[in-house]
Amino acid sequence: MIEIRDLHKHFGDLHVLKGIDLDVKKGEVLSVIGSSGSGKSTLLYCINSLEKIQQGSVKIDGIDVHAKNTDVNKLRQKLGMVFQQWNSFPHLTAMENVALAPRIVKGKSKEEALYIAETQLKHVGLGDKLKNYPSALSGGQQQRLAIARALAMEPEYMLFDEATSALDPEKVGEVLDTMRLLAEEGMTMICVTHEMGFARDVSDRVAYFHQGVMEEIGPPEQIFYSPISEHTKKFLANVR
Amino acid sequence: MQETITFFSGFSTPDLWFLADAALKTLWISVLSISIGTVLGGIFGWMLHEGKWMAALTVGSILDIFRSVPLIIQLVLFYNFAPMVGLSLDPFASGVVILTIYTAALVSNVARGGIEAVPVSMRKASRSLGMSYWQDLRHIVLPIGGRAVFPAWIGVVLGVMKDSALVSVLGYVELLKASQILITRTQEPFLILALAGAFYFALSYPISRYAAKFEQRWAQ
Ligand SMILES: Nc1ncnc2c1ncn2[C@@H]1O[C@H](COP(=O)(O)OP(=O)(O)OP(=O)(O)O)[C@@H](O)[C@H]1O
Ligand SMILES: [Mg+2]
Repeated sequence: MIEIRDLHKHFGDLHVLKGIDLDVKKGEVLSVIGSSGSGKSTLLYCINSLEKIQQGSVKIDGIDVHAKNTDVNKLRQKLGMVFQQWNSFPHLTAMENVALAPRIVKGKSKEEALYIAETQLKHVGLGDKLKNYPSALSGGQQQRLAIARALAMEPEYMLFDEATSALDPEKVGEVLDTMRLLAEEGMTMICVTHEMGFARDVSDRVAYFHQGVMEEIGPPEQIFYSPISEHTKKFLANVR
Repeated sequence: MQETITFFSGFSTPDLWFLADAALKTLWISVLSISIGTVLGGIFGWMLHEGKWMAALTVGSILDIFRSVPLIIQLVLFYNFAPMVGLSLDPFASGVVILTIYTAALVSNVARGGIEAVPVSMRKASRSLGMSYWQDLRHIVLPIGGRAVFPAWIGVVLGVMKDSALVSVLGYVELLKASQILITRTQEPFLILALAGAFYFALSYPISRYAAKFEQRWAQ
């Protein structure tokens, strides 16, 4: 379970997150929507400690992410993250990309790590690209590679930061399908997304962020068909 | 026939060995300075990247001096002034010290460029997989940034190899100094300089070729 309490994040004078309270239960899929600059990415970075926080707390299964004595490298193994830029490691093949972290972080043997890599690449539909370098993969394939790479650490939570925003329109579907597959398998997911169809169909809850505040959260039906906040209404009118 | 013999008079086979031996010394002084200098330069480059303005002010300005002052002046100054502070080094050691610092100064910029060539989001991605700061540096930044600046580093290597000729001013008999000795004795400047040039070429060319091969392989 992810428990966020009164989370405040500043970048210098800029107050980016203004007191976020949010719980995400095991097995839940939460979509986060909102306009550019509302702090969605920053929220994810605060959850896996890629950014420090100034006030409040984030707990993962009871462990305080930002406490001084927390081993973040260990904690991050629980939290897979997929970015807008797919960030494939260009010097490694697809299989080596996926096998690297299990080998050096978890200390798996080379054979074990490669086996995990092969399994996860097949999982995301890249079973025929094991030996390819990222430069020989399309954007959609590289993003699925990124998903496989995160899954190889056997995370309990997956954080997606606009995983499809940098893709050509015809490649968006294959990545969303992979995310949908994970959701069906019961993965706990927080998906920052601009794909309203995905948010509506796949999520258990949708959160709308506006200027660093979580304005509204609820089941997709509520957010999409009877939003309470004026900001939510306006945002949805614009994206449709 | 008679003419050819007078033309070559003075230059004999042992002289060729003398030059070859001097070429090995050039190679040796270069290999030493470049390897130590590259390691130091890598550390300095990392400090410049990580330390922000503190490192830029201290390390950065010291390295700027070594990059800007002509090597020949550094060599002569160091060789003559080091004994005053109780550091009495022979020409070879003095040459290695200065060439090493000079290499480090050049490589530090290259190394910083290499670190900065790795996108921030890629490093976030590796950290999000649970890699520690050092694992990210070793397994992601070093190979990716290293490849990005490899051509620039090869440029430094070839440059330092040629610049090592300047150690001759301290009296160390490397390739250039050996040539000068032979020229004085044989009065055959063209032949001997051509030979010395050929030796420099023989040292540099394999490096360029080998480097090009690596780059080609990585480009795929
Ligand atoms: N490292 C940083 N330093 C300074 N300001 C930052 C930094 N990262 C983000 N910001 C600022 O914080 C605010 C929130 O950024 P964030 O990336 O979280 O927004 P977002 O909701 O993800 O937007 P988008 O939809 O464009 O991705 C923005 O105003 C941004 O400029
Ligand atoms: Mg964002």
